[in-house]
Amino acid sequence: MANYPLWKRLLVIGICVIGTIIMLPNVFYGRVETANDAREAVARGAELTPELERDMALWPGWLPSRLINLGLDLRGGAHVLVQVQTQEVHAEQLEGLWPDLRDKLRDLREQVGSVRRLDAGPEELRIRIGSAAGMDAALKAAQEVAKPVFSITGTGAREFEARVEGDQLVVTLTDAQKTALDQRTMQQSLEIIRRRVDEAGTREPSIQRQGTDRILVQVPGVGSAEELLEIIGKTARLSFHGVVNRSTDPNVRPGLDEEVLPSMDEEGVFYVVDKRAVVTGEQLVDSQPSFDQNGRPAVTFRFNPSGGAAFGQYTSENIGNPFAIVLDNQVISAPVIQSHIAGGSGIITGSFTPDESARLAILLRAGALPAEIVVLEQRTVGPELGADSVRSGGMAALVAFVGVMAFMIAVYGFFGIIASFGMVMNIVLLVALMTVLGATLTMPGIAGLVLSIGMAVDANVLIFERIREELKTARGLARAIDLGFEKASSPILDGNLTTLIAAGILYAMGGGPVRGFGITLALGLFCSMFTAITLSRLIIATWYDWKRPKTVVI
Amino acid sequence: MRHLRLISDNPNIDFFKPMRFWLAISALGVLLTLVLVPLRGLNYGVDFLGGTLILAEFSEHRDIGEYREALDSLGLGEVAVTEASGGSGGQVVLMRIGNSADSASTQAEVVPKVQGKLNATFPGAKYLQVDNVGGKVSGELVYTGVLAVALALLAIMAYVWLRFEWQFALGAVISLLHDVIVTIGVFSLLQLQFDLTIVAALLTIIGFSINDTVVVFDRVRENLRKYKKMPLKEVMNLALNETLSRTFMTVFTVLIALASLLFFGGPVVFGFAFATIFGVVIGTYSSIWVASAIVLWLGVKRDWATKGESKAGTQFGAGKA
Repeated sequence: MANYPLWKRLLVIGICVIGTIIMLPNVFYGRVETANDAREAVARGAELTPELERDMALWPGWLPSRLINLGLDLRGGAHVLVQVQTQEVHAEQLEGLWPDLRDKLRDLREQVGSVRRLDAGPEELRIRIGSAAGMDAALKAAQEVAKPVFSITGTGAREFEARVEGDQLVVTLTDAQKTALDQRTMQQSLEIIRRRVDEAGTREPSIQRQGTDRILVQVPGVGSAEELLEIIGKTARLSFHGVVNRSTDPNVRPGLDEEVLPSMDEEGVFYVVDKRAVVTGEQLVDSQPSFDQNGRPAVTFRFNPSGGAAFGQYTSENIGNPFAIVLDNQVISAPVIQSHIAGGSGIITGSFTPDESARLAILLRAGALPAEIVVLEQRTVGPELGADSVRSGGMAALVAFVGVMAFMIAVYGFFGIIASFGMVMNIVLLVALMTVLGATLTMPGIAGLVLSIGMAVDANVLIFERIREELKTARGLARAIDLGFEKASSPILDGNLTTLIAAGILYAMGGGPVRGFGITLALGLFCSMFTAITLSRLIIATWYDWKRPKTVVI
Repeated sequence: MRHLRLISDNPNIDFFKPMRFWLAISALGVLLTLVLVPLRGLNYGVDFLGGTLILAEFSEHRDIGEYREALDSLGLGEVAVTEASGGSGGQVVLMRIGNSADSASTQAEVVPKVQGKLNATFPGAKYLQVDNVGGKVSGELVYTGVLAVALALLAIMAYVWLRFEWQFALGAVISLLHDVIVTIGVFSLLQLQFDLTIVAALLTIIGFSINDTVVVFDRVRENLRKYKKMPLKEVMNLALNETLSRTFMTVFTVLIALASLLFFGGPVVFGFAFATIFGVVIGTYSSIWVASAIVLWLGVKRDWATKGESKAGTQFGAGKA
């Protein structure tokens, strides 16, 4: 069996050694994590305190320090799946088109007669045209208002589509425009949620887009999903409006281009405000939690130059009038303008707690979400349960390990020891591979790992049983070993490939923890093929060349 | 030195003698499940049913009814409260609240409402796990779960068809379907919680069972080439006997691993471990008495290696041999 070239031996040994080195930090998880955190703090420019130095000394810097990702179910944290209401943006776009279209049609009054907008769903703009003869002109006007979308492909697709239904002119968004809008809405939402979560200073958050209109946010270490939702769930659209009237009647009728908004703090109080905002949150450049003169929590803000100019002009023209600060369609407060406010900065007071003012400042800094989001799924795992799972998973793995090893040695003797060594290497390589690939270990993942301890020896069993059979035909030990490995390879390949199909589907279809199980199972199969076939064959061949046994008990 | 043997070195068991009996048992199991599941239903977890699950630890021990009363007073959905094991000295309580309204936004409000009530009524609650799944997502999870199992079966059938013959593919897939159905039946019978991890378990069972089946099929194929004149029934019996030792070994090692998962793995993986243990046993059984029996019943064309030797091949049916 001297047909093992040196490079092959070195390759196999090299893989095992490198795998062990990469896996090693995971054995000292707590230590390495503390040391990594300390190093990161220093790299970010923290002062080098004796404490940090001591933490850094826990794990030498020249050793690999990358750790396997623990899933939320193992380290505790919050998981929230939200849906972005993209159709809101469609309605807004149509709403934005209406003033232009109204003006265009007004200019054509002689041809089209009276023009009246009808109540319609959010996805269309429906206008009744007075004179049927002017319909063509109205349609033409509507089509002129619709501008082409700029897209990378260069096809100048239109934003809006106008058609005639009886005496009504119907304007809708084109499909191309809807797709483009949805894409933009999702990108903005992702970006803003990411900024908000980062601003809140949580550790290693994962923010992913799922499907067409969903976002999955996973944050380890957050106490509960509600806490996370306080940060990401609010639209946080801020605007400043002139106040027309204050009322306690919810059915008060607003005038043209006015709207009624409820007060946030005062029950049963409503404000009639100008629909058009003087300044919006988009023109904010900074916002910080603060306290007002009376020591109550407040939020300061600063506008960009154009916002500051608009704000300054409005305040100088409206001294003595109330001014509504509106957040997500609720009036936070409506102070009376005391003087011209130049410089573009100000302060919002309301009945906040210090926590609320800090959160509002984060929301304003990160910007408003383009559309409302709806929570589809929220999950919280407490850190205690996570730690429990790690402990019990580790225990199960250890017992499985010792049990299978003892059984293999009892059945196959010396060959069982070789198989057990292969099994140890299998787990080592699997953990190393998951560390390198950045795969996440979840509780079902640990179950997959424990299961692969049991399955990993299957290939060895197939080979050893085959060697046993081949020994019966008595063509010598060397030949029996060769034939055993050779003939067992076909069922091993078929068996593993079919299991891989199941693992692949688990990965593709499962979300979160189940996906983690699929990854572990699939990677475990690759590792076990290597350890059970390549590695144990090398060990057996080396042993044979060294001892030259005439026969063996297997 | 004599090593441990699970079975004798040269087993010579006639597996197909009680074939009709076992096939009838299997058919009965499948039929019973198909009747049982609509009648008794499955104990779906929050993943599939939607709703809220709260696992909390309280410093004081109380009657479970007190928690139920507190939750009922909120008038949400159907409330189920059970005591769970674990925790550090306190009382661990598992509360499940069904989806009352389908609206996603009201669903998300259930959690703060419930936690507010619990905190007010029983101070010092520590929340170990809180899950809230809206009706929309839970419906999709059911759909993807079913789709995953169906896709796995189809993909495996295609693979076995490619590597073997259609008779083998059919036998393998019917036996896998049998494993999945009977496992679901046991979950319905014992009313064990059926959630996403159980779907993962079903796919694992499929993976294990097909592995076992393929090892047997592979040996049948090898023996068909080796013993050209031997009747199919004997060829298959020989293959089953030759692989029996390996079958037992693998089942045993996997069961050792799974048993340690069942006993030491904690509540999160208990259902998974249970399903997989049952599935491994049933999968091994079905490799022999369902998959192989169906192949034997369908017969196999024996002209893999020697194309043209006998053009029509030799068909062997179960009745003839």
